[in-house]
Amino acid sequence: MDKRRQSAVKVLKEIKDGSTIMISGFGEAGVPNTLLSQLKDLHPINLTIVVNSVTRPHSLPHALIEANMVSKVITTSARGRGKGLSKFEEKLRDGEVELECLPQGTFSERIRAGGAGIPAFFTPVGYGTKLGEGKETRNIQGKDCVLEEALTGDFALISANKADRFGNVNFSYTQMNFGPIMATACTTTIVEARLLLEEPLPHNHIQLPSVYVDYLIESEETDHGS
Amino acid sequence: MGLDKSQIAWRAAQDLKNGSVINLGLGTPVLVSNFVESSRNIFFQSENGILGVGPEATQKAANSDLVDAGSRKVTLIPGASIFDSAASFAMIRGGHVDVTILGAFEVSVSGDLANWDSGAADKAPLVGGAMDLAVSAKTTWVLMQHNTKDNKSRLVKDCSLPLTAKNCVERIYTDIAVIDVTSDGFLARELISSVSEEELRNRTSGNIKLASDCCVLKAPNITS
Repeated sequence: MDKRRQSAVKVLKEIKDGSTIMISGFGEAGVPNTLLSQLKDLHPINLTIVVNSVTRPHSLPHALIEANMVSKVITTSARGRGKGLSKFEEKLRDGEVELECLPQGTFSERIRAGGAGIPAFFTPVGYGTKLGEGKETRNIQGKDCVLEEALTGDFALISANKADRFGNVNFSYTQMNFGPIMATACTTTIVEARLLLEEPLPHNHIQLPSVYVDYLIESEETDHGS
Repeated sequence: MGLDKSQIAWRAAQDLKNGSVINLGLGTPVLVSNFVESSRNIFFQSENGILGVGPEATQKAANSDLVDAGSRKVTLIPGASIFDSAASFAMIRGGHVDVTILGAFEVSVSGDLANWDSGAADKAPLVGGAMDLAVSAKTTWVLMQHNTKDNKSRLVKDCSLPLTAKNCVERIYTDIAVIDVTSDGFLARELISSVSEEELRNRTSGNIKLASDCCVLKAPNITS
């Protein structure tokens, strides 16, 4: 078994217009920049992107929106840096892009639920706020809760440190963030890693098991964590 | 003159229990860690997946894979651990964080918190982990300026801005006072010497009383 692929383009061509794509990353750590820059060139449209943050105007998730590839953004952090409007905020104002803003724990738990076969869950987070509006509510054990449904996607684009040919993955520090759960919640998972190994990773270094991973691409990043 | 941001952070740091797990929000709260000696065994949790955040990394030691939720390149303390986002928010939502210290636009007399949406026209929302932390941590403290730049009170009867969570704030550290949120309204525990009880009332909207043992709020001069 060998999930390593030479060409990211060939793999990314499977992403059709209208796909839902989950993108790992928290701050600058764990953003799959190699995959995103190639995806931008391929230019599928009407994408729904599921990504923690689109606050940085020079980041690649934001660039996909700027390039008119995205029709909906599901995120925890949409506000552009600075007082002026980001290109995303302009498109939002003009009704060109739809936004679903979620508390970070709801965002991550909805993805986890999507990958774990849990259709929905109740949480007190968001109850009584703007982000809980329109959601089904219930009082459970004395706590007012909102119902949150699982999130799934067509493709997960994940950044990692090392992967073996079987598709087992290891992350470097906080590069991990949403990677392991996004991989579980999507039909097809593409991982870019700095090091693709012929030999299997030591069993106890594996942070994302091979069953969740479909393709491995070598990352163009040179910065090497340990 | 009231306390500056570092002094507010210093004051809050004095009240943390040794050995506790703390999450610090962006802005003034993150300064709290500057005033906690390692011997106190306090573990700072960062919602991107760290338990045991150490000081900010020097340029030489910085690793772009090792950042906190505020995108600072950081170090780890001995005993620190790294985990994914689902585990991080299970830690937060499961009530395993002892104190979350957040910034705020407004706090109401009943402890409602507004800190994620400033209401600026056309600016998109940014909630991050604020709602999760405010709802789920065992204790929520707020560090903020007592008044806005145009002299409105940030302590209010009812929040006018969109809520982060209801009934969650237990204590507020401002540039002029340390205030508990009680069933009887705001209760000032400490007040700086240059502000009288009357001035405190004038600068606070919503019911505020002085605790019978209210003492003088002091902080050392801090050079940054």
